[in-house]
Amino acid sequence: MEMPKPSPDVLRRKGAVVARLSQVLPQDAIIQDEAETRAYECDALTAYKCAPMIAVLPSTTQQVSDVLRICHEEGVPVVPRGAGTSLAGGALPTADCVILGVARMNDVLEVDYDNRFIRVQTGRTNLSVTGAVEEEDFFYAPDPSSQLACAIAGNIAMNSGGAHCLKYGVTTNNLMGVTMVMMDGTVVEIGGAYLDAGGLDLLGVICGSEGQLGVVTEATLRILRKPEGARPVLMGFDDNEVAGQCVSDIIKSGILPVAIEFMDRLCIQASEKFAQAGYPDCEALLIVEVEGSEAEIDSQLSKIVEIAKRHNPVELRESRSAEESARIWLGRKSAFGAMGQLNDYMCLDGTIPVSSLPFVLRRIGELSKDYGLPVGNVFHAGDGNMHPLILFDANKPGDLEKCEAFGADILTLCVDAGGCLTGEHGVGIEKRDLMTHQYTPQDLEAQMAVKDVFDPGWLLNPAKVFPLAASEPRRMAAE
Amino acid sequence: MRPETEAELAEIVTGLSDPVRIAGGGTRGVGGSDPVLSVAGLQGITLYEPGALTVVARSGTPLAEIEATLEAEGQQLAFEPMDHRGLLGTMGEPTIGGVVAANISGPRRIQTGACRDFLLGVRYIDGRGQVIKNGGRVMKNVTGYDLVKLMAGSWGTLGVLSEVSLKVLPKPEAQATLALDVPDARAAVGVMSAALKSPYEVSGAAYDPAQNQAFLRIEGFADSVAYRIDRLRETLGGGADRSDMCWADIRDARAFHDLEGDLWRLSVKPGDAPDIAARAGAERLLFDWGGGLIWALMPKGTDLRPRLGDFEGHATLVRADEGTMDKLGRFQPESALIQALTKGIRQRFDPRGVFNPGLMG
Repeated sequence: MEMPKPSPDVLRRKGAVVARLSQVLPQDAIIQDEAETRAYECDALTAYKCAPMIAVLPSTTQQVSDVLRICHEEGVPVVPRGAGTSLAGGALPTADCVILGVARMNDVLEVDYDNRFIRVQTGRTNLSVTGAVEEEDFFYAPDPSSQLACAIAGNIAMNSGGAHCLKYGVTTNNLMGVTMVMMDGTVVEIGGAYLDAGGLDLLGVICGSEGQLGVVTEATLRILRKPEGARPVLMGFDDNEVAGQCVSDIIKSGILPVAIEFMDRLCIQASEKFAQAGYPDCEALLIVEVEGSEAEIDSQLSKIVEIAKRHNPVELRESRSAEESARIWLGRKSAFGAMGQLNDYMCLDGTIPVSSLPFVLRRIGELSKDYGLPVGNVFHAGDGNMHPLILFDANKPGDLEKCEAFGADILTLCVDAGGCLTGEHGVGIEKRDLMTHQYTPQDLEAQMAVKDVFDPGWLLNPAKVFPLAASEPRRMAAE
Repeated sequence: MRPETEAELAEIVTGLSDPVRIAGGGTRGVGGSDPVLSVAGLQGITLYEPGALTVVARSGTPLAEIEATLEAEGQQLAFEPMDHRGLLGTMGEPTIGGVVAANISGPRRIQTGACRDFLLGVRYIDGRGQVIKNGGRVMKNVTGYDLVKLMAGSWGTLGVLSEVSLKVLPKPEAQATLALDVPDARAAVGVMSAALKSPYEVSGAAYDPAQNQAFLRIEGFADSVAYRIDRLRETLGGGADRSDMCWADIRDARAFHDLEGDLWRLSVKPGDAPDIAARAGAERLLFDWGGGLIWALMPKGTDLRPRLGDFEGHATLVRADEGTMDKLGRFQPESALIQALTKGIRQRFDPRGVFNPGLMG
């Protein structure tokens, strides 16, 4: 993966930059020793590593502002970092950058049940936002699978989703306001505990901008009352196409499940071996979960079961208790770990129109044969968000490159089928160079023009999202 | 100027030497003396997949056509877009492009989200006449910056929409409305908050001071609606069945159609609504979104904003004569910082300043 060459001039001035940062941060918030900066050399896309020049861990918005102002004046690139769980390399450093980690900023600032919002510092983890409102039976809806570890800052940067977004939406649909520090140190408040923007929807474009427009230090998030209950039904089919048709029929029937998860044969077998959830041996498995009171759940599940029966399922298992629900979810929740037992894997994130599912799965199968690498598919079927897991051997020379080429083929296939490169993980460095497959140069210019406004010097996370060739003139002009 | 294809639209924009006012059906009350560039000729639903909950349509497609098409499959635009014609006395045919450009949402916004939350993708012509696309037709998409949200509610100041794609939802099988007697706005907001804090998925929460009643709507399958209405009544300690109520009247601010005066629309923190409404000293008020949306009727020419002082939210002038609109401004003035960002974005999207100059600062 190509990254811009570090600036020798910046590297030479490391001492001076550290000295200036020391004036605004406590000593324990500055990491500059080479052995220690290595802790920040990568995020969850571990194939790529590069230790930053310096890492800082500010505790307040004011400190973030001071750090950014200094880096702006010194011309030092800044890579913001939440919890470092990005699967796309969103927090991958360059050797001449300052990593700005918000992990120490994890306070709850305000909880307001009457007005149904919570205000937090963005270093707080996703799950602990729900943790802060659980005593009143409330929750924060977006639930990326890394929710135990991932930070709200990263969720906002990547516009994270989760398994339940068919009903509750993704981060952008649950974000009401931010306090954000721009690259020159200016602090800006956008949105708040009210609905909709009074002018341009700047919040909408900040969410998902991968830390390139500013560093969000505080967020106002919508919280919701928990439903009375939730239960899934598991169904197995002998044919992917039939499973896809069943999903479509459920959605058309007027039921809005909170989640529809899909697993293919390789994933079913792997997770069955790993977790023994009692999954049937079949081509495709669906887990459909609905919410409400006991009676409401029964009524919805019986409608879903009726639809499923029209598609000749090989297995149909309706949960009747919390234990049965847990067992149904066990295999799905272990799927990634189970695949990891088989070999190293690369997790993709393309999204397709649900109607293209059979075609895309068939084509992925063909590509798998061509490349000689097995692939398993886990899938948020309700919203078309695929997670193909390509198995490869990181220790075998050439396998990673082969896997990446295969991955790129799958993602361009998703785009060609009417979908997109990434549904919830973000572009980062991983999909940067594929952007030209989805967007024209003019489309990309329009996006980069927004960054020009927020960060004219292109110092914030500059080597991400856009193909390096596309962003190069801007990065060069800024130097 | 009334192009019928995206290519014609792009050609017209490329050739513009003077500013234009962009219009769909012309029902949302954007006036001015610049010549009109209408997208009403760009018509047609280009894709509708009920099983994928997705519809794609050219921007000039009548809203009514889209709603009828969805209705035939038991689906709907869940954000419940308001019809401005009765309020503003406009005559045209509302278009989907206009709905998106103005980010128009109704009572269900409180539960399910705004137009911008359902907007999956856009195609538009920028100020240079280039066709730009962003987003797509899938529900989860974080590929690059989300210009889709930026275009929603930008009132044509950043580009002329040529096509939009939207997420749709099942149309509920049944609905029921509970009405509670309340003495004042504070009590009303209290009742609405209690309802919205319940697990019963309230999809509308409005208060009409003229009737001294708060209205709470529940939708879904019939058996589920019956159950949740009962539970909600228990939770709130009462309430009368008003399932005959017309939520389109709340949506369209029907109470103000026949009343003279300027109409303001305030987005606020619901708990602040009683105080803010009191400060307004309005002739007539209507509350939606659990108190988060206040409609306030003011004597013509009154500048409401100074009366409200500093508050979290914004006040938009929806109906006034042209002079008042020019003098007071349709949109709430924003902080210098936000203004600078807005201006910067606008300058880059429309460098010649030909799209709706004067609108949105």
